[in-house]
Amino acid sequence: MTIQSEYSPDSDRIMSVALGPQHPGAGHFRIQLWLDGDYVVRAEPDPGYVHRGEEKMAEYRNYIQNVPHLERPVILDSSGILFPYAMAVDELMNNKIPPRAEYLRVIMAELNRIISHMYFLAIYGIFTGHTTMIEWSMGDRDFWIDIAERIGGARVTFAYTIPGGVRNDMPEGLAERAYKTCAWFEKRMEEYEKMFIRNPIFLSRTEGVGVLSRERAIQLGATGTVLRASGVKHDIRKADPYSVYSDLDFEVPTENTGDCWARAYVALQEMRQSVRILRQAFKNIPPGPVRLKLGPQPRVPAGETYTRAETAHGEDSYYLISDGSPRPYRLRLQTGSFRNMLVLPNLLKGVHIADVPPVYWSLNYWPVHADK
Amino acid sequence: MQAQAPAAPAEPTKTKALADKFTAKFSGTVIDYVRQKRLKLTTSPDRIKEVALFSRDQLGFDHISCVSGTDWIAKNEIEVIYFVDNLSTPGFADVVLAIAERPNRDNPMVPTLIDVWPGAEYEERETHEMLGVDFQGHPNQKNLLLPEDWNDIPPLRKDYISPGR
Repeated sequence: MTIQSEYSPDSDRIMSVALGPQHPGAGHFRIQLWLDGDYVVRAEPDPGYVHRGEEKMAEYRNYIQNVPHLERPVILDSSGILFPYAMAVDELMNNKIPPRAEYLRVIMAELNRIISHMYFLAIYGIFTGHTTMIEWSMGDRDFWIDIAERIGGARVTFAYTIPGGVRNDMPEGLAERAYKTCAWFEKRMEEYEKMFIRNPIFLSRTEGVGVLSRERAIQLGATGTVLRASGVKHDIRKADPYSVYSDLDFEVPTENTGDCWARAYVALQEMRQSVRILRQAFKNIPPGPVRLKLGPQPRVPAGETYTRAETAHGEDSYYLISDGSPRPYRLRLQTGSFRNMLVLPNLLKGVHIADVPPVYWSLNYWPVHADK
Repeated sequence: MQAQAPAAPAEPTKTKALADKFTAKFSGTVIDYVRQKRLKLTTSPDRIKEVALFSRDQLGFDHISCVSGTDWIAKNEIEVIYFVDNLSTPGFADVVLAIAERPNRDNPMVPTLIDVWPGAEYEERETHEMLGVDFQGHPNQKNLLLPEDWNDIPPLRKDYISPGR
């Protein structure tokens, strides 16, 4: 049987199938697929089931009230998405952030990156028929959440990185505990690599599947692990260094194959770098205050700024416009998940339907993050 | 270790040189600001495609990162703005170029730029549904995040009031 290369609505051979929004893996997200036999001839993402209108909500709230709701789109990486928001407000207000606060922001961002990547690899295991990975990864993730909880006071949404610094200092003696977790986790990642990344089951499901070329990745504006797995060495922490990242020693892992396997391996290697950053940050953190006194309703001078940060799901950026009133005139939030969503229909065309879940999940796509 | 270097900001020579290239090539281009790593310029909807092609092909701005829109209701204008990264010119990875245009608010029509930056497809579609900007030549401007039966003015316009407000 020949496979029809182009979609045609008149053809009797084409069957349309909706993957989601009730599919257990899809999250609050639907992929409309058009199939010829077992092959996808066309795919169209259908997001929006969890659209909250974050940008409109921000126009009704002052700069401090905006903190808790802006982290809700990606509760796995709540400190990551707040980082560029805090940077944007600080820049417009010309705030000089205390050095200790900068280090605490970085510590929480890296803890969140590990927590988020662990979740990504756990669900990746389920999607590729590898149930041990979800057991291991979900269990081990809790040790990192324990450390984040000692700093942020909550287990998921911390509202920790705020304009003017961070909400509170970390408890004494936490660094020693973190070093122990780092040492244990470094050994653990070796086991992940042997047990999951190099596992023949996982390799057979992901190697050479959903290949995104370097040129296409740049054209489509891909970001985060998706971009780096296609051989582009672009990480905002290195490319446009913010906070104290320029004082920290770490590398940007890349892979050249651009397939589903590379996207998982880049995430694992990024966790190694995050551990490296955490060790340095806990060691070098200077004493001092951790926040500026801004008051409950800070006035932000009129102006506009565009800030961006590398978070677990790619680049999150804010375009913030202030007219001098207590609330933002306009807040534009663009997220890594939204940008990587455009990669999906490009990769799905021509794949076997059984490969749809690994291709979808390999993009580290988080529906709420894209819907905003 | 000094966490932040609060030294006097260096002269934005890199972005200034870029700005000069745009003003020399396109008369009528307004440079809104030149900062250390950011450059924003405003052009007109009938010239934006030329400016976009020039910035992509001559200056290497090849990676679209964000498309945004702002409702300037007092001026009766909608600002459409493209933020682009440079991944191909060494030393320019930290620069974000912002190209803006300001069509009339009553009937905002601008050309689509997805043939320049294919990555703008969903972002333009989002700007269409949220601000009512019509991107001429865009293949699909169906609602993306809003419900398909949304029956009101675009929600990010300033005269749209959220329910309960």
